[in-house]
Amino acid sequence: MPVSVTNSKLIYDALKACDVKIISALPETWLVHLIRMADEDPEMTLVRLAKEEEGIGISAGAHLAGVNSALLMQNHGFLAAINAIVSLALLYKIPLLMLISYRGHMGEKDPWQTQGGMVTEPILRALNIPTWHLNNPADVHRRLKDAQTLAHASLHPVAVLLSRELMWED
Amino acid sequence: MLRTDALQTIYPELEHRIVVTIMGAVAAELYMLGHRPNFFYLEHAMGLASSMGLGIALVMPEHKVIVIDGDGSLLMNLGTLSTMARYKPGNLLHIVFDNESLLSVGGFPTATATGTDLAGVARASGVPSVLEAHTPKSLKASVTEALASNTLTTIISKVEAIGPKSFHMDLPLLENRFQFKRCLEAMQKQVLL
Repeated sequence: MPVSVTNSKLIYDALKACDVKIISALPETWLVHLIRMADEDPEMTLVRLAKEEEGIGISAGAHLAGVNSALLMQNHGFLAAINAIVSLALLYKIPLLMLISYRGHMGEKDPWQTQGGMVTEPILRALNIPTWHLNNPADVHRRLKDAQTLAHASLHPVAVLLSRELMWED
Repeated sequence: MLRTDALQTIYPELEHRIVVTIMGAVAAELYMLGHRPNFFYLEHAMGLASSMGLGIALVMPEHKVIVIDGDGSLLMNLGTLSTMARYKPGNLLHIVFDNESLLSVGGFPTATATGTDLAGVARASGVPSVLEAHTPKSLKASVTEALASNTLTTIISKVEAIGPKSFHMDLPLLENRFQFKRCLEAMQKQVLL
């Protein structure tokens, strides 16, 4: 499976540098190494979800308890979590660090991913969620730290879109 | 059983715990019994009170967390039972008041009115302790048992579909949010001392 182990490790290390202690996740191909790294890390609490919206509740609980969290989801998982993002995170001013694998964008071969790919960024804009693209390994540490910093300063969700260029080695 | 009577009976157990409730009647009724900074009322996002409680329970293992859920909310997020059961935090108590109704929006019957058994769903999801308590006395005993057991517990309590005349709470939701966060952080610091 040509998911980049090297870049997954870069992202995981950047999350650790952000003092993330709890990660919620739903498996998706591009996220397999990140989820495995969280699972194997005794200092990390990994919560495997049934549906992504649960992760918004878990991150809200962690934030109110003063603990940094991150969410790993596919963009279709982001779409499934929109009401929770609106009715919990935006309503209650909860910072979220959402790492979203950006399926259905340039280079996508799976037809079933393409609709979600085309609506992801317009919906993030409609929700007024600041968004970073992660395409380049050199940007990973700085952009994740800056995304978390903005989330905490604004008490608002932020999205980091994990691109094919970063996650997939063809 | 009236939910207000049930809440009144267990209030002494709630008073000093981290409590997360769902929206609507149960929030207003608990608020009227006496608001505390350690009570959080999730006024929207139906179904996610239990997920919030799970998040708090996982990062604050030294403290008991009590979620007060309802049948309509739980039916919107049945996956929460499987996620809670997967991690089984012994400091989490999940109370579900089942009035078989979406009372706050006009009293439409939920699926528990037509036979869905939430205790059965919780058991089949792997929640290690599932209790059913349909009188104030048995609810109090179940809550006491669950808090002493250090085992993830779901208690299903059938209540009448009767709510308060007004759902008004003199507590803006952001005030509740910031107050609750400060309270949890103070509780965390006490453990560290």
